[in-house]
Amino acid sequence: MRLSSVIGWVCFLAFVALVSFLFKQLNWDDLAWYVVSPETETGRRNLWFLVGGVKYTLLMSFTAIIISIVLGLLIALPGLSPSPWVRMINRVYVELVRAVPILVLIFWVYYGLPILHDDININVFWAGVIALALSDSAFEAEIFRAGIQSIDRGQLEAADSIGLGYFGRLRYVVLPQAIRRILPPLGNQLVYMLKMSSLVSVIGMEELTRRANELVVSTYRPLEIYTVLVLEYLVLILIVSMGVRYLEYRLRANESI
Amino acid sequence: MTNVINTASAGNATDSSIPLIEMKNVVKRYGDFHALDGVSLQVRSGQRVVVCGPSGSGKSTLIRCLNQLEKHDAGEIRIDGRALSKLSSAELRRIRTDVGMVFQQFNLFPHLTVLENLTLGPMRTRKLSAQQADKLAREYLERVDIPEQADKYPRQLSGGQQQRVAIARSLCMEPKILLFDEPTSALDPEMIVEVLDVMVELAETGITMVVVTHEMGFANQVADTIVFMDGGKIVESNDPETFFSNPASERGKSFLRKILRH
Repeated sequence: MRLSSVIGWVCFLAFVALVSFLFKQLNWDDLAWYVVSPETETGRRNLWFLVGGVKYTLLMSFTAIIISIVLGLLIALPGLSPSPWVRMINRVYVELVRAVPILVLIFWVYYGLPILHDDININVFWAGVIALALSDSAFEAEIFRAGIQSIDRGQLEAADSIGLGYFGRLRYVVLPQAIRRILPPLGNQLVYMLKMSSLVSVIGMEELTRRANELVVSTYRPLEIYTVLVLEYLVLILIVSMGVRYLEYRLRANESI
Repeated sequence: MTNVINTASAGNATDSSIPLIEMKNVVKRYGDFHALDGVSLQVRSGQRVVVCGPSGSGKSTLIRCLNQLEKHDAGEIRIDGRALSKLSSAELRRIRTDVGMVFQQFNLFPHLTVLENLTLGPMRTRKLSAQQADKLAREYLERVDIPEQADKYPRQLSGGQQQRVAIARSLCMEPKILLFDEPTSALDPEMIVEVLDVMVELAETGITMVVVTHEMGFANQVADTIVFMDGGKIVESNDPETFFSNPASERGKSFLRKILRH
């Protein structure tokens, strides 16, 4: 055996020994998985309660991402203008919104906005959606701007030469090509959005994280319950990632090689 | 004398009193560089003008100004009697449908099939129905000899085929003028002929053409006027026989010596 592989094996065995030693130090006996076990009555009830939050997490995230994509596109367009004044609109919006922490924005929208006018009465769901959408829109705007700028000038000239106007050019030539390039970063934002939606739990939205918190308070079992919460997000995000990848594949197949 | 060069005298006379294209003292600057330095040119309906000259002489800028892909800084360009600098963007769009453009890099839309590339303009700017646009597109694909490629994507075609699709795309707008910006310069040598053949056929239909090219054989065969440019100016404008056998300008002579050496 060569020396390098001997060293490799020694390191590996040492690592295994260390990990198993550390594992033995942990308080495994103190864990009470029954609170979230599908085999017990309480476990099933708790699990069902936890998983039930998924509909709000999803509804909120998807509503917010749709709004933020539309908003992002609208903000990206002035950023592509030849006029520096028009571009300024884009810059100011992006810099301003990007600088506000999401949690702060959630507080601002939920507790702050209603003070402005008596008719403003925002429920938790929409406060969450508005805050998430606003803060994400600045990032979407940058993604769209980069995607649109990456389209070859010749494409724009060809569109001009067949008499397409600004919106025709955007709709039929620029966006269909840009969307293929920005799909991966858009997928990223969607994953990010799913995770950020957990912040809305602080104003009382009954989504995944809020429900986990409530259950922790009543059972005093944070490790078991938060582990389930982690797995819930993991599964959700893996499914979304697969969806985005499938979409990428479909778009590429469409274009053919 | 050098200021206004009336190329119509060399062309086939048409009864139209106003020239289809009229450029008067057109100037285009990029910073301090004068890409066009007081260019005047008239093209009548049905004329076939070839613009040649060394690289950087302003020939591409000239035809790009004609459909306002570049906005000129001074002087006047009239298409069909209408001054381009005074048009609203909607009017400019309408004029552009009359002035087709074929690019060096083809600029086909890669996300659309050949047929969709051709029908996009007619449907969206000429407001034809899908069936009308489809019929028109197939007609012009036939004209450029690739009707069987209708459902393929541009990248599945050879360069020569792509350029022929691009020509068909311009034709689908049924323009009065076709501009060609070095249409064969990005092609492999064996594909140049198929594109030139299509262009020769087009010339025979009587459409007005302004072609920037280094293909002097094509120029000799098809052009009724050769415009020779250097340093952003039109140095001379002549019929092909005169230009190729006995160019009036010294710079024209030296250009021809270089380009025809091999």
